Amino acid sequence: MEKILDVRNLNVSFDTYAGTVQAVRGVSFYLNKGETLAIVGESGSGKSVTAKSLMKLIPNPPGRISDGEILFEGKNLTTFSEKQMQNIRGSAISMIFQDPMTSLNPTMTVGKQIMESILIHQALPKKIAREKAIDLLKMVGILNAEKRFSDYPHQFSGGMRQRVNIAMAVACNPKILIADEPTTALDVTIQAQILELLKILQKKMGTSIIFITHDLGVVANIADRVAVMYAGKIVEIGTVDEIFYNPKHPYTWGLLGAMPNTNYYGEELVTIPGTPPDLLSPPEGDAFAARNKYAMKIDFQIEPPMYKVSETHYAATWLLHEKAPKDILPDFQKKIKRSLGNEKSIRNISNSNGKKEKLLEIKNLKRYFPGSKKQVIKAVDGLSFEIYRGETFGLVGESGCGKSTTGRIISRLYTATEGEVLYNNENIFKKKSDSEIKKLHQKIQMIFQDPYSALNPRLTVVDIIAEGMDIHGLYSDKKERMNRVYELLETVGLNREHGNRYPHEFSGGQRQRIGIARALAVNPEFIIADEPISALDVSIQAQVVNLMKKLQKETGLTYLFIAHDLSMVKYISDRIGVMYRGKIVELAESDELYNNPLHPYTKSLLSAIPVPDPLMERKRKRIVYDEGNAWRDKEEEPVLREIKEGHWVACTNQEYQKYQKESDVI
Amino acid sequence: MHVENKEVTDEMFLPAKFSKTSEEISRPTFTYWQDVWSRFRLNKVAFIGLILILLILLLAIFGPLANKYGSDEQNLTRANLPPKIPILEKIPWLGFNGVDIKGKDVYKEKGVSDYFWFGTDNLGRDLWTRVWEGTRISLYIAFLAAAIDLIIGVSYGGISAYYGGKIDNIMQRVIEVLVGIPQLIVVILLILVLRPGIISITVAMVITGWVGMARVVRGQILKLKEQEYVMASKTLGAKNNRIIWKHLIPNTMGPIIITTMFTIPTAIFTEAFLSFIGLGLQPPVASLGTLINEGYKLLQVYPHMLTFSAIIISLIMISFNLVGDGLRDALDPKMRK
Amino acid sequence: MMATELVSISNAESFNVRGVENLAKYIFSRLGYMLVTFLVIATFTFFLMQTLPGSPFNDEKLSDSQKERLYEKYGLDKPLPLQYITYMGNIAKGDLGVSFQYDGRPVTNIIGERIGASAVLGAQSLLLGCVIGLFLGIIAAIKHNTSIDYIAMIISVIGLSVPNFVFAGILQYWVGVKLKWLPVAFWEGFEYSILPTISLSVFVIATIARYMRAEMLEVLGQDYIVTAKAKGLGSFSIVMKHSLRNAAIPIITILGPMTVTLLTGTLVIEKIFSVPGLGEQFVKSIMTNDFSVIMGTTLFYSILFIGIVLIVDLLYGFIDPRIRLSGRTK
Repeated sequence: MEKILDVRNLNVSFDTYAGTVQAVRGVSFYLNKGETLAIVGESGSGKSVTAKSLMKLIPNPPGRISDGEILFEGKNLTTFSEKQMQNIRGSAISMIFQDPMTSLNPTMTVGKQIMESILIHQALPKKIAREKAIDLLKMVGILNAEKRFSDYPHQFSGGMRQRVNIAMAVACNPKILIADEPTTALDVTIQAQILELLKILQKKMGTSIIFITHDLGVVANIADRVAVMYAGKIVEIGTVDEIFYNPKHPYTWGLLGAMPNTNYYGEELVTIPGTPPDLLSPPEGDAFAARNKYAMKIDFQIEPPMYKVSETHYAATWLLHEKAPKDILPDFQKKIKRSLGNEKSIRNISNSNGKKEKLLEIKNLKRYFPGSKKQVIKAVDGLSFEIYRGETFGLVGESGCGKSTTGRIISRLYTATEGEVLYNNENIFKKKSDSEIKKLHQKIQMIFQDPYSALNPRLTVVDIIAEGMDIHGLYSDKKERMNRVYELLETVGLNREHGNRYPHEFSGGQRQRIGIARALAVNPEFIIADEPISALDVSIQAQVVNLMKKLQKETGLTYLFIAHDLSMVKYISDRIGVMYRGKIVELAESDELYNNPLHPYTKSLLSAIPVPDPLMERKRKRIVYDEGNAWRDKEEEPVLREIKEGHWVACTNQEYQKYQKESDVI
Repeated sequence: MHVENKEVTDEMFLPAKFSKTSEEISRPTFTYWQDVWSRFRLNKVAFIGLILILLILLLAIFGPLANKYGSDEQNLTRANLPPKIPILEKIPWLGFNGVDIKGKDVYKEKGVSDYFWFGTDNLGRDLWTRVWEGTRISLYIAFLAAAIDLIIGVSYGGISAYYGGKIDNIMQRVIEVLVGIPQLIVVILLILVLRPGIISITVAMVITGWVGMARVVRGQILKLKEQEYVMASKTLGAKNNRIIWKHLIPNTMGPIIITTMFTIPTAIFTEAFLSFIGLGLQPPVASLGTLINEGYKLLQVYPHMLTFSAIIISLIMISFNLVGDGLRDALDPKMRK
Repeated sequence: MMATELVSISNAESFNVRGVENLAKYIFSRLGYMLVTFLVIATFTFFLMQTLPGSPFNDEKLSDSQKERLYEKYGLDKPLPLQYITYMGNIAKGDLGVSFQYDGRPVTNIIGERIGASAVLGAQSLLLGCVIGLFLGIIAAIKHNTSIDYIAMIISVIGLSVPNFVFAGILQYWVGVKLKWLPVAFWEGFEYSILPTISLSVFVIATIARYMRAEMLEVLGQDYIVTAKAKGLGSFSIVMKHSLRNAAIPIITILGPMTVTLLTGTLVIEKIFSVPGLGEQFVKSIMTNDFSVIMGTTLFYSILFIGIVLIVDLLYGFIDPRIRLSGRTK
């Protein structure tokens, strides 16, 4: 293999008012011709900074490359002048960014933006550049390219804009393409399309790709080799199989364990306790030591060197030292063995003890919003489902499918345009006295998505948590109020000293737990969790999910878990409803839904979720749901029909027959 | 790769003892406003602005008491005196030595032995006293106008945003129309009808002035309404009262204060402007505007009559603008971690 | 093409050109507001005239012949609603009444005679202010947090804060009286317009510099600037091709309020420098209680202001493709 890029001991630091932040601390790796190297890590791990430094795109000041070499085809880019770098950027090395909505110039047509790339680096007449730009648009899969050439970015959807970005990046046949979380802002089905496009382009053009992501599923899908970053360092690097099936660093163990594998049901997800260190003053020894349950004394004193595991596999942990104990088997390894290459698995059903009590029933719910030009946006359009006491009901769907609106109607934040919501057999929208409404609010609680906007910045944690208790008068004196708050803080894994602090002093995961404590304070029966973990890092997600599971076990709570991340939903839910355009298209127990999906939309959704298991990813085939086709020859409106016990699919009569046959075979 | 310089011993490979350190926060706790204040203080320019405002306020209140002259004490034997201050008079280029622009010592010529710190006007009135009393009136009008703007603007914007829907729609149409009317025109017409006076000038400024505040408050409340903590409060069963007082108002304070900081200099300018085009306060009441207007008439012969009121009005405007800018930076959520 | 198979789903988005329709709707809604605003001002003026002493409706100092003429012309013996209709009709015809001080000269005549000097002064200040202001703002943003930035911002804060009549005083005294470089009053050639133009443009410079700097900083921090840099564009091309246009679009919106400030400015500046413009006439009319000229000029100013705001709005809608093509405001 030919090395095209060799990064040696790269150090990047940022000068801030508080001091110098060492964002990247001695990173070394290489990139072979034509391969894809994924760099994974949580937010703040330095992965994006590393990527941007390769093209010297770090804003200076405050950032600077303080040490190290970036050898591109043998030439050291760190010594290049800005002028020389301009020749490299966009032609030899190019980059695509995370947010397609903001990474295109809103006042320049997309065609011009692509042409610009071509014209800077190649001495071509404008007309030929234009033709080339149109070809590029076609190549990245934009239909009607000649016409769309002169459209502005706001006339494209997110996925399409990312395609335009890709066209721009590959315009000059770059040797290296750096993709900085290019699919994070997109829905899973769009993500799958973009990943596929990148693979096709790579095959065609022989480009090497550096793919930055936090999602191990995406890594398993696209990477040949993987570098795991933590606190500005690469802690482990190897081929994708080595990292997924034979990881050596405890941080990699933690990351893999924290991701629910769709084929695995453990009692609990592996969590990495605490939060990453502050890189203003990196800790002595191994930066991960404080969160490492296998930490040894040496981890707090000396930084571990990179140990060689194989020709391609290196890890920086003292556990590989000859004197380290050899008997450590991380708990998540059992999980990997069980799921290895296994496409189907059976869940040991624990909490269906026969009797089911309806807690919530939704009947033909509709919610329309006024749109522009007298149009109505049918956010929720004829939704029906039931939730039983003590279960977790997962509601999944892509952005704009109406899942969050549904949650907000149930919690009475929005009113319904039509239909009924029965809670304990009572319609929540029927006229009620103030005290009845208050009671209802006490029973139904909500956990929100954005840990930064969910807590009022002007209140202390005590006042935030006690708000519900204040409203409902759940204490007799101040002392009782404080005690209850302290109790709740401990329940969610915080301590009483945190009570007098303000939200901005907490990390995202901690804030989310404070939000859970606030909901718990009024002793609810039913909690709507609206994308509670989508803004959190993987290891922090596991903390929150485990907490929710624990609470359910202890107090018998019922959850409505709204999310777009199907793997997490599958892990936590007993039953799942798949939403599409304001309706449920399929509803079944989690295993049934995953093992035996019937509706084409569910199938496409399931096939689009990347699974953190490289073997499986290689075997998978993606199924595309073409809505136009699916609806074209339907004479009757599809309705939800029960195919077999507990498995409902939206279908026409004809399809019903077909599905029944299909499910009988299985 | 790393070079080891510490010795690696067997003992070091024993499991480490854990203390639950990772959830701890070491930084001392700050309330929101303490945080804002600490950031504001770091902004030296804005801090100087704040000190200047305080100084000018103090002088406007107590300045006239510092000497024995009344603001309306006319005495033609001491008319048109240039400024003269003890001690500072020894440094000639400062211009506090009682010498006029033609270079003669007017005090000696007229046989005046008193010191007039800012000089006197053409009627022999002490300018120090008049300037600070004028400042007092100007600030009074500005603060009054800002306060009324605030009350009307906050209520209008708040109601419009909080209730939303049709109410908001109608209230916004009204604002769209009002924004289209040039403030200057309305102010001039109203003063013509009401006759110049402290109250009429204030009223004229308020009539269109509150619109800016109403827009700011509406925008902020619309934004806050979508915040998840407001929704959380609603799902907890909170009534309007609680949401308004606990969540919306505290989080709207920042923009309100900033807007007020910019309303005050605008009001001071408008008052001075009205005086300038002959619609200012009538004698014997003096404001900075009327003083400047009077000073202009004798600018070419006695520049000192304009100098002090012009410097003070400029300082007030600069200070409020600096403090407003500083506050905006200090309150900017983007700066918050 | 290999990739085209992938995309069948996303073909559903057919945005295309509802743009023209949207732009028309946008223009109509702006025109609607303009009309309502003007009606409000005209009505307001009408009722003020009723209450003012010395207006044609309150006839304490008019001669009998004047009275007769006015009564006839404005139908003052008729009931109020009819008077109102006549008044509005006159405005629609462009008749703003006659002056009392200048013995019955039509107000429109006076405005026509005086507007020239004001227009020259206003245009010169706006031009000077925009050029220097944009330059200062752009330089400050590009050299963010350097001494150039600080100096530009100090100039801007001072320009925003110090009232224009104070500036005019300083210029008049130092440049005119002490140094005797330029004439301090009257309007007899280009050199006479220099000092008033500078005094007026200080505020324009400060405001535009401040906004331009803020917008440029905002734009330079956007993702698409990084994208442009990653394409290999140099910093000069990035500023010229990607930043300026995006930063300048919002600046257009402040041109509306800016003209009001300029109008206000002409009143005092023309008075200070004895420029025979509309502002100076307006102030003189206030001093001499020439109400019909005051009202007429007021209405004229309102129309001017509303018209400029409308033009600015349309310009904005036309330049920003996001509004032009989808009728969205930002």
